[in-house]
Amino acid sequence: MHLTLDRRTEGSAGQRLLDLANVGKTFSNGVTALAGVDLALSEGEFLSLLGPSGCGKSTALRLIAGLSTPTTGRLEWAGAAARGVLEVGFVFQEPTLMPWASVFDNVWLPLRLRGRSRQEAGPAVEAMLERVHLSGFAASMPRELSGGMKMRVSIARALVTQPRILLMDEPFAALDEITRFKLNEDLLKLWQDQRFTVAFVTHSVFESVFLSSRIVVMAARPGRVHSEIAIGARYPRGDAFRTSPEYAALCRHVSGALAEAMDASREAAP
Amino acid sequence: MTELAHGGRPALDAEESRRVRTARLERLGRILLPVFIMVLAVWLWDRLCVWYEIPQYILPRPKVVMATLWNDRALLFSSLWVTLKITFFSLALAVAGGVGLAVLFTQSRWVEMSFFPFAVILQVTPIVAIFPLINIYVDNQTAKLLLCAWIVAFFPILSNTTLGLNSVDRNLLDLFTMNRATRLQELRLLRLPSAMPYFLGGLRIAGGLSLIGAVVAEFVAGASGQSSGLASRIIEAGYRLNAPRLFAALLLISIAGIVIFMTLSLVSHLVLRGWHESALKADR
Repeated sequence: MHLTLDRRTEGSAGQRLLDLANVGKTFSNGVTALAGVDLALSEGEFLSLLGPSGCGKSTALRLIAGLSTPTTGRLEWAGAAARGVLEVGFVFQEPTLMPWASVFDNVWLPLRLRGRSRQEAGPAVEAMLERVHLSGFAASMPRELSGGMKMRVSIARALVTQPRILLMDEPFAALDEITRFKLNEDLLKLWQDQRFTVAFVTHSVFESVFLSSRIVVMAARPGRVHSEIAIGARYPRGDAFRTSPEYAALCRHVSGALAEAMDASREAAP
Repeated sequence: MTELAHGGRPALDAEESRRVRTARLERLGRILLPVFIMVLAVWLWDRLCVWYEIPQYILPRPKVVMATLWNDRALLFSSLWVTLKITFFSLALAVAGGVGLAVLFTQSRWVEMSFFPFAVILQVTPIVAIFPLINIYVDNQTAKLLLCAWIVAFFPILSNTTLGLNSVDRNLLDLFTMNRATRLQELRLLRLPSAMPYFLGGLRIAGGLSLIGAVVAEFVAGASGQSSGLASRIIEAGYRLNAPRLFAALLLISIAGIVIFMTLSLVSHLVLRGWHESALKADR
């Protein structure tokens, strides 16, 4: 077990999973969301994309998800992923649940779309709900749940197919701090147990430092990589880490990098 | 909200108990006020007939109308049944046609662009103006009436359902794309459920319209004396200056319209109960 944890420190994750090589994206309205982005994603790491609004971090996520294609440059998948059999999970900023469907049906959806019947998918869905602490809520409707619980359903839905990569687009931004801290810790636990790779978009320095093994700070106009910071703190991380001097120092360091990135964004602005 | 009688509840302050009282009064008023006004109006109608000695063939007294409704019940209710049959059939066809076309429209933007204007033209042209044409082209009396009522009723279903099928959460759509959903899966699991509240809103309007369509069609067709629905009863009674029967027939049409609307509202509530804002109690 310790071996696993060590492998995940210092950002020295496993094999290369994905390379974004000189990737740019310009929309038809002339806005350049991304320009010349070089970014690597390695097996098992927890990568955060941190930056001001308009730095193209969500666009980068959509490119990785295959929802959009780059204008310039390439996405190079490695190994099994290159053969197009890779499972990707996506968590949006909003819980994005189907309001007419129960919690069970919402989590079942990705498996259902793969042709798995309710009976076949049942055990996997139940197990996933248990992992996000929602065992008793399978029959509940989304409107009966709190914001944090809805987000847990959304995470369960993204993970029920056991994806190799989990993409998250500011998933906890709309939640209160207490709920966010709890979900941060639960997410780390899921990540450590199921050993998937995370690309996490956020605009919160504190959240990115707490979660990540590596942070990519982005600048805006056009969106580009400003700097990369490895967060070497050992997992599992909890309250002790959140209140440690090490955490404070890392936050200060990352905040500095973010401030520089924002200065760079302003200079680039017309 | 009003369960203050429940044991173990803390005493309400002045503001809260005032709110509870107001809510209770409002609920009572919502039922009692319309009933009271209705009774008052009928009473006034009756008094006017007496005070001004209005002859029965111009304005019959309410109790005469009720008596006629009872005495002519065999005739009137068989006519009502004829009108209702046309109404329900045309509503069913409007649902099939409206939803079918809407689904076709969302499958291809090109189809929508090409054919939506035709649907609008069909809708904005007054049915009374088209009917003489239908009268010429269609022989079968029932088919004639059905076609008329259908033209009136199908548009709200088509336009509402089209709007609903397109009002899908973009992120959910992305999720379906990421999971490589087929078109059919996307339609069945995402677009149709999303469109349900819109469709039901259109259905409620279409229910009333199909009754109107059925009556209007019969009015125009009834002139040739082939029809036996409520509208032809009204025309007939008008010719014979049989005002009580005319009023009785009118009353039946109104009640039918109200029952149709209430039934469809109930259906809508039952279907959306549990998830859609429109069917949730405002208990916050």
